[in-house]
Amino acid sequence: MKGRDLAVPLVIFALLALAPFIGLGQGHTLTLLARAMIFAMAAMSLSLLVGGAGLVSLGHAAMLGVGAYAVVVLDHARITEAWMVVPIAILAAALFALLTGAIAIRTSGVHFIMITLAFGQMAFFTTSSLAIYGGDDGYTLYNRLELFGSRALEGRLFFHFTCLILLVGVWALVQALLNSRFGRVLQATRENEARARAVGFEPYPYRLAAYAIAGAIGGLAGVLLANAAEFVAPAYLTWQRSGDLLFMVILGGLAGPHGALMGALAFVLIEEWLAKVTEHWRLIFGPLLIFCVFFMRGGIAGLLRRG
Amino acid sequence: MSTTLLFVQALNGLQFGILLFLVAAGLTLVFGVMDFINLAHGVQYMLGAYLGATFAAWTGSFWLALLLTLPATLAIGLLLEFLIFRHLYERDHLSQVLATFGVILFLNQGVKAVFGAAPMQMPMPDLLTGGVPIMDGLLYPTYRIAILVAGLATAALLWFLVERTRAGMLVRAGASNAPMVSALGVDIRRLFMLVFGFGAMLAGFAGVMAAPIFSVEPGMGDNLLILAFVVIVIGGIGSVRGAFIAALLVGLVETLGRSLMPDLMRLFLDPSAARQTGAALASMLIYVVMAAILAFRPAGLFPARR
Repeated sequence: MKGRDLAVPLVIFALLALAPFIGLGQGHTLTLLARAMIFAMAAMSLSLLVGGAGLVSLGHAAMLGVGAYAVVVLDHARITEAWMVVPIAILAAALFALLTGAIAIRTSGVHFIMITLAFGQMAFFTTSSLAIYGGDDGYTLYNRLELFGSRALEGRLFFHFTCLILLVGVWALVQALLNSRFGRVLQATRENEARARAVGFEPYPYRLAAYAIAGAIGGLAGVLLANAAEFVAPAYLTWQRSGDLLFMVILGGLAGPHGALMGALAFVLIEEWLAKVTEHWRLIFGPLLIFCVFFMRGGIAGLLRRG
Repeated sequence: MSTTLLFVQALNGLQFGILLFLVAAGLTLVFGVMDFINLAHGVQYMLGAYLGATFAAWTGSFWLALLLTLPATLAIGLLLEFLIFRHLYERDHLSQVLATFGVILFLNQGVKAVFGAAPMQMPMPDLLTGGVPIMDGLLYPTYRIAILVAGLATAALLWFLVERTRAGMLVRAGASNAPMVSALGVDIRRLFMLVFGFGAMLAGFAGVMAAPIFSVEPGMGDNLLILAFVVIVIGGIGSVRGAFIAALLVGLVETLGRSLMPDLMRLFLDPSAARQTGAALASMLIYVVMAAILAFRPAGLFPARR
């Protein structure tokens, strides 16, 4: 790992830790930062797939959706203890990823994009059919998760630092995975599948494992997203959301999890800023995306490396 | 459910399938010939509907509007190809997905900024209002039959163009080996542009035809786009024949599912829950079909000859 790859995320983490104490402690700002950190986790899990394994998934929002809806189901049953809910939600998302991945990974290239899109749409329509959980209208949580029975997560600062600790954890996990033997095999199968096979690595189980791990992290992000908004709706699972996640990954760069981290933070902040400037912020956002694809091939991480 | 209602729903399904085919045909050609994923193909359909409705309001005539919309959507397609898409042919699918996603964001919002978020209406042509008796005491709207006929005629024309003309032969050759066609002295860029513009025009045509019966609103192309992708994946990428059969299949499954599922669900659930659950299950059905087909035939039902 190069020094800069390590320095950039550490600076970001330090800034996020300092944010509440340097004048960014208002409710709205912290909500925004929490949202940015949550999407950063999701984007890093997606970058494990796209950058690490070369699997371009256009259905990653479904992983967040499964995690969020696990919270909803348990909330409806009045189970709100974090130590119960979080593992169940993560397992649910990993299981969903494992089952859909088992089929999706049999395909490759364009077909993989399309079949992940199809599974994402299935999840979307399933959630909008859940009439007891509000259907299309969504579901408002009774309250945030409890930690050993305490309502600590309701506190803005406590929630901010919970997200930050999990963000650091996810970053470290993805970074460690990519540097491990497992990650090396993934990258080898991405670079040249035939050669990876020739030296004795069957890509399928590695890719499936990566898909399930990414799903699990996505599920965790979904849990946090549900708790940040205290509201869950099928809109979390639209394919446009999956497109947004892909944009975050590419905006930041595919060089490693720090790329997705920067991409997600930049995405959420730019979105917020543009939405303040004009109601029609997508008129700027769309061309910005095209611009990034055309001229910023290495993403923000690539710019930093050159600079 | 009575047989007449089932029959009417089947007709609706075929007609929806035909519209899907018009959108999917351009998509599958672009995909097959240029190996290019164009998420923005759905907004061409939306633009067709909006331009149609606008021209109809200006000229007061459906037919004039149709006549004006076709070249307009062709021009927009060519412009987008020139400005954006042509620079993406050499790039990976990920870049293509993202850049065309950016086009969707821009055009959906652009339409909202210009025409407002409220749905627009486009009147039917006088000639095609009213209904045609298709059974004792059952009138089927003439306009929907006209869509069926126009769609089938377009499909036939497309078949003729692709299978029986020189340009079509080049398109087919380009689909199987573009570098070779280029090496034989064919301007492959111009061929790409032609295919692209034609595909955009077909989608625009589908948009105008759909405008009088569906509401014209921003984002109307997005859901249709996803269904069109399902169609081309089921049919086999690059295969027009596959797209035709898959489009009818998807149209029928989608429409019949929507009308039958709620009734089916009523056997287990109370009516309001049955309606919602049934509708959602019906929307899911098509993706289940697609996943099943891809799991067993990863190249689709009619893989294009390579």
